[in-house]
Amino acid sequence: MAVATNNDALLEVRNLKKYFPVTKGLVLMKTIGYVQAVDGISFSIKQGETVGLVGESGCGKTTTSKLLLRLENPTEGDILLEGRDINTFRGAELQDYRTTVQAVFQDPWSSLSPRMRVRDIVSEPLVVNRNVTTQEKNERVAEVLQQVGLHAQQATNYPHEFSGGQRQRIAVASALVSYPKLIVLDEPVSALDVSIRAQVMNLLKDLQEQYNVSYLLIAHNLATVRYMAHETAVMYLGQIVEYAETEELYNNALHPYTRALFSAALPSHPDLIREDIVLQGEVPSPINPPSGCRFHPRCPFAMPQCSEEAPVEKEVSPGHRVSCHLY
Amino acid sequence: MTAVQTATDTILEVNDLKTYIFTRAATVKAVDGISFNLRKGETLGIVGESGCGKTMTALSLLRLVPKPAGRIVEGEIVLNGEDILQKSEDEMRDVRGRQISMILQDPQTSLNPVFTIGNQLREALGIAHRENKSSMLSRAVDALRKVNVAAPERRLDDYPHQMSGGMKQRVVGAIAMSCEPGVIIADEPTTALDVTIQLQYLRLLKEIQAETGLAIIFITHDFGVVARMCDRVAVMYAGRIIEQGDVRDIFSRPAHPYTQALINSVPKLEQSVDRLYSIDGQPPLLSNLPEGCRFAPRCPYVSDQCYEAYPSSYQLDEGHHADCWALDANWQGTPIEEFVPPTGTAG
Amino acid sequence: MAAVTTSPEVTGVDTQQRAGRVAKVVRAIRELPLIPLVVLIFLLVIPAIFANQLAPHNQRIGVLDDAKLPPFWVSESFESRTVVQRADKDRLDVEIGLTNAQRKVERGEATILSGGEDGTVDPGDTLRFQANKGGSMEYPLGTDKQGRDILSRIMHGARISLMVSSLAILLGGGLGTLLGMMAAYRGGKTDAIIMRIVDIKLAFPSILLALVLVAAIGAGFTTVIVVIAVLLWARYARVVRGEALAIKQQDFIDRARVSGASNARIMMRHIFPNLVNTVVVLATLEVGHVIILESTLSFLGAGIPAPTPAWGVMVADGRDLITTAWWIFLFPCLAIVLTVLSMNLLGDWLRDKLDPKLRNV
Repeated sequence: MAVATNNDALLEVRNLKKYFPVTKGLVLMKTIGYVQAVDGISFSIKQGETVGLVGESGCGKTTTSKLLLRLENPTEGDILLEGRDINTFRGAELQDYRTTVQAVFQDPWSSLSPRMRVRDIVSEPLVVNRNVTTQEKNERVAEVLQQVGLHAQQATNYPHEFSGGQRQRIAVASALVSYPKLIVLDEPVSALDVSIRAQVMNLLKDLQEQYNVSYLLIAHNLATVRYMAHETAVMYLGQIVEYAETEELYNNALHPYTRALFSAALPSHPDLIREDIVLQGEVPSPINPPSGCRFHPRCPFAMPQCSEEAPVEKEVSPGHRVSCHLY
Repeated sequence: MTAVQTATDTILEVNDLKTYIFTRAATVKAVDGISFNLRKGETLGIVGESGCGKTMTALSLLRLVPKPAGRIVEGEIVLNGEDILQKSEDEMRDVRGRQISMILQDPQTSLNPVFTIGNQLREALGIAHRENKSSMLSRAVDALRKVNVAAPERRLDDYPHQMSGGMKQRVVGAIAMSCEPGVIIADEPTTALDVTIQLQYLRLLKEIQAETGLAIIFITHDFGVVARMCDRVAVMYAGRIIEQGDVRDIFSRPAHPYTQALINSVPKLEQSVDRLYSIDGQPPLLSNLPEGCRFAPRCPYVSDQCYEAYPSSYQLDEGHHADCWALDANWQGTPIEEFVPPTGTAG
Repeated sequence: MAAVTTSPEVTGVDTQQRAGRVAKVVRAIRELPLIPLVVLIFLLVIPAIFANQLAPHNQRIGVLDDAKLPPFWVSESFESRTVVQRADKDRLDVEIGLTNAQRKVERGEATILSGGEDGTVDPGDTLRFQANKGGSMEYPLGTDKQGRDILSRIMHGARISLMVSSLAILLGGGLGTLLGMMAAYRGGKTDAIIMRIVDIKLAFPSILLALVLVAAIGAGFTTVIVVIAVLLWARYARVVRGEALAIKQQDFIDRARVSGASNARIMMRHIFPNLVNTVVVLATLEVGHVIILESTLSFLGAGIPAPTPAWGVMVADGRDLITTAWWIFLFPCLAIVLTVLSMNLLGDWLRDKLDPKLRNV
């Protein structure tokens, strides 16, 4: 099971698939099809780095994060943490995993238990998985609260006494409390106000520098990903269509879908509007995805072979992978 | 300020508008003395963070401020040469939809789920034109065709849940534009949409504007939408417009420290930034505003003067002015740093 | 461009917070629904607690001579009739038989108005006597047909109502909450089974079900509580399930799972505390319902057995005397109506305060 992998990868995802059955009928629940939410994706995250996962809604980025967090079980494929398959973890190993991999969710209004004090929210990953004394717990909570820019005295307050930005800081504190190696950030700033977003993004970057923690950043905003991520994967209908180092991807996007995403992204200055590819239509249903290349019905460069055979991933330059018949 | 010249092509003029919400605990000064004007075929962006009063501004323009707590306490809203604040509720019903209309943020909730979209379109059209059924039908089809809905004849019998978010938002647009208003207020119409769908929608609005000479007020928190769509920008902070001007002036030479900070704190798509500027603290509550300049507690250039009185407005370029004491010739504090606009790296 | 590091955000100074808290308390008191609260305190809570000290008379044993005394403000009434040898049955409102008249005079209950100069009662005399006894402060709300003080009985009845409703709601609400939470959290088969049982329960007419249960177990205080709990739990289960399903969707549940919290911990620490408002509001709204159920059962003879002064029993006692001694019937009725109305008003207020989502319950 434990296969030797490249040593600097903290987490490696190999050919990961997740199909959700679509059922019909109240009693017999006949399966009439599958939602191919994630369909064979592979990537790895290095210690202390950030991988960004971008795509539109329904592309499978949230399902990927749930698989990593073991909130869902994969249909196929492996997720290896330091070379060991996380889906075989039980008991103490699982508790270890729970402290090693943590998460920050999008909506700070729904991600904190409204009836718990900040101290209990923040310390939960510790309390559940480790035997800590009350004193150890309180000291650690005070420490992480200060790390995220809050006051230790605020530990006794309830979440509703905080603003959105502060609540997201509490969520980050809770994710940090158990000394994790990887934090899954699911749209960590998109629910926040513009002037607060930069605060939280800078905080996350600072923490990464200080504690060498890795991030998997799920986002739809390309500019956010460019600011935060070292490597970026572009997803479309459950598959990674292009993967590269962030700077390479943003300067030299190859896949037509990636280019379309860049065209659709909003400019930071009125003189920088560029519309290279404007897509028509909408994302097809993942229940019966298009044959061949899943992007071909919307692709302006579609060729006859695109609807027939699925493209094979190619490494066009070191670390830059793209799945498209054009290359 | 100066006497605003009412050019013939000005369709909407707002002067010193104040809308307050009176609660038992406090008076919320949601809109506290804002002025702007809008010309035919122009797009004005009103940008601000949540709680800055931008949505209440939109509701005031339609005279839809929630009653009885909210009230327009002062000001003028001159639409097509008439002050709509002087109109009766009955007269307003003729103004809404026909002269000024609105597209709301969430397409999921702005359509009634139990009626077909044809039904809802005809209702909107029926209020404007009292005509027979068949001509109404063709008008409904036309309205859908205008917002690029494919096969509009078949779509008329669909219920909202049978359509995607982008399609629904187009139908909402079709309803808002069905009576050919001169002004449309779009309140964050694309935040619920995916980026590629958002682009389709924004392009559609531009096309319709080019064809009909519609004036659009775009309410948003996203500077990207402003850069993409607007001709002019008004930046709101805590109930006031703190800076307004031509879109290129605002993006290239923002004068107010808040505008500068806001533009600098947004990550750039075209350029890699080492570290984003971040504004400390949070916007003040509209029920508990600080004395003097409302941005003073968060402002890096603040001096004593800022806490004493609300700053005057200073003209910077043609039609570009900002409310900040640091722009005064006699300013004693730290001068505002030169702003460096982003450059495109990818071509 | 100046890089500003993230600095601590302060939520306010201590003194400021304390002043804010005082203002909050003052505002909370001012917003209380005063009328229902006052009614409930004086009608239900104080009598229930202090019935033994406050009640002027024994609630179970009456004085037969004082039977059917009206409330204090009703004064005694007199009537005059002509004495005849033998009274005509149809003219009893104006005539009185001789023997009867003589007995009344002997007892001193009547005086002779005219023709009584000789000191004896003869046919043709006019007799004046007391038609109805008057009320007194001895029995402020009058007495029932066994001469028991109605005020005392209502006070003790309040205790019964309060005990029955709180115990029944605790039992039924607890069971319903637990089942509703299980159904929502576990989902799948557990959910299906629990919710089908709820559907079956809700398909029964409740009074009928209650009567059958009482017949099966036998009437008594405990029976009433159990029966009402059985009638109540299903509604709780349904509301709580809906609420818990919504809470389950929230990100903090996922966060707890990512942290490795067990199912029991998630239910008790994360889901239940967020249900408390709903459960409390529902309980308040149900008190009125339970009091009516209990009274109905008692009225039908399937509730608290006599001579325990339950309000329903008192109403039942008074119903055949409604034309002559209306107070026996009216006061317990009023007690029920006022309590239930106040409880509902209080419940509405609580719901608006704590849980506006429950508007349609």
